[in-house]
Amino acid sequence: MPLSPLSPSAELAADRTQPYLWTMNFGPQHPAMHTTLRLVLTLDGETVIDAVPDIGYLHSGFEKLAEHLDYNQYVAVTDRMNYVSPLANNVAWHCAVEKLLGIETPRRCQYIRVIVAELSRITDHLLALGAMGLDTGAFTHFIYAYSAREDLYDIFEAICGARLTTSYTRVGGLKLDLSPTALQMIRDFLRRFPRTLEDMARLLHQNRIFVDRTRGIGVLSKEDAINLSCSGPVARASGVTRDLRRDEPYLAYGDFDFDVCCDRRGDCFARYLVRMDEMRESVKIVQQAIENLPAGPVNLGDQARSILPQKTAVYTTIEGLITHFELVMSNRGIKVPCEEVYAATEAPNGELGFYLVGDGGPRAYRARCRPPSFIHFAAFPHLIRGHTVSDVVAVLGSLNIIAAELDR
Amino acid sequence: MSDVSSNTMDALPAEFADLLSSEFRGQRRIVVPADRLIEVLKTLKEKLGYDLLADLTCVDYLTYRDAQHRFGLVYNLANTETNQRLIVRCFLDDPEPTVPSAVPLWAGANWLEREVWDLFGIRFAGHPDLRRVLLPEGFASHPLRKDYPLQGRGERHNLPVITRAEG
Repeated sequence: MPLSPLSPSAELAADRTQPYLWTMNFGPQHPAMHTTLRLVLTLDGETVIDAVPDIGYLHSGFEKLAEHLDYNQYVAVTDRMNYVSPLANNVAWHCAVEKLLGIETPRRCQYIRVIVAELSRITDHLLALGAMGLDTGAFTHFIYAYSAREDLYDIFEAICGARLTTSYTRVGGLKLDLSPTALQMIRDFLRRFPRTLEDMARLLHQNRIFVDRTRGIGVLSKEDAINLSCSGPVARASGVTRDLRRDEPYLAYGDFDFDVCCDRRGDCFARYLVRMDEMRESVKIVQQAIENLPAGPVNLGDQARSILPQKTAVYTTIEGLITHFELVMSNRGIKVPCEEVYAATEAPNGELGFYLVGDGGPRAYRARCRPPSFIHFAAFPHLIRGHTVSDVVAVLGSLNIIAAELDR
Repeated sequence: MSDVSSNTMDALPAEFADLLSSEFRGQRRIVVPADRLIEVLKTLKEKLGYDLLADLTCVDYLTYRDAQHRFGLVYNLANTETNQRLIVRCFLDDPEPTVPSAVPLWAGANWLEREVWDLFGIRFAGHPDLRRVLLPEGFASHPLRKDYPLQGRGERHNLPVITRAEG
């Protein structure tokens, strides 16, 4: 393919005419790019003068699809957004739908959503840190991370029957309640996992190569983090003490005791440390949620007209059958207010929000997804200028860019 | 879901008393005419502490019941100190919907505005680099507009085919 016309930033346009500057195409097919991202780097020797990201290789029109799928169907698409932590996306989507509808889910459902969201935060951070270590030459670390991640995927399979395409939430509830087996698996995992974290920390915290390659690299100041709209671990590593779980408590986060992990340095190593600490906090939250899991139903009852009935009720009662068809037929469905609402959750990568416009019908009139990766990748040229080519992968790894969420 | 709103509600400042404002589920929205947009955003950012542009998006109201305007921009602002949120709406109409760019206020608006241009075809005057971001250069339309179909023969069939020998 010929290069598409890429315009460099204005002040660098003059530099670009200088004959000693090289242009290097990085990606979209490159082992260190994780997914299909492309960067056009301008190099002076090994120093990166400018980087122009080129994205869109995985664009599949998720927001357009949202206007043609109903509120329960679209959850299957949210699995494919950040495929490293699909459960967190499921939870974010249905939190937004329920906020538009103005319904509150039962306590047990909220607790289970917190549990799965925190477990998927651990999977996401394990991938981010494992891959970051891998890219900077620490292969063993990656194996430790993936081994723990495999256990979590087994838990997800026990919770909802799928490892990756979970589609676990429903409007007003969940697909399934947590089974005793799944609960036991989570308890076992929580017992084993702190040790894995210790091992991972021992492998990297004082690893000379890793620390040299990440400390002081890709520094993002607090002012820049806010100015560039960063959120999540990237912003917290720069000293922005913003965590939606604490600041705008949704679900049952108000019930739990946890710390917001921050750092001031804003470099790749700080982002690594924040993610490590967040996993410890997630373990704390899941422990509290498991031990205090309320009894009761996971779904709102049939009195709420927008909740899919249980399958046994559909097969055995006429009311269940009618409610089912009232909700799934293409000309019926959930009645939402003609209103607009924005609901954000603290996903592993940052603020994952949905701006929903309801037009009274069964499908969203517009469902904007605020993808954290998109906003963090926009900050990438700012972070990499002045560093070397080998730092590109370290900075990319520390931002944890997931292309499916980036391009949607 | 617990009610998020208690900390997000506050009296609207006196400067904006003339602006249309509404609230839903505890979220405050104000409507700003396009010619005052930057002035209002600047005041919100510099005087009232809404320093974070959490999101910028657009809605095409072509088929929305009782809609008076074609497009509605959504600036989703947040205050990182007090955790208040404010949604600023700006309505635009065909032809050539244009608003001034917010990049001088927030560097983070750069890609968000490019995305809105890409998918809705709204121009941001003064944007440093208003190229398409998700779709390829040379794509002819703006697919999140409501008059763009979900299915059918489209741009993909018109893209030039480059053979292995040429590439």
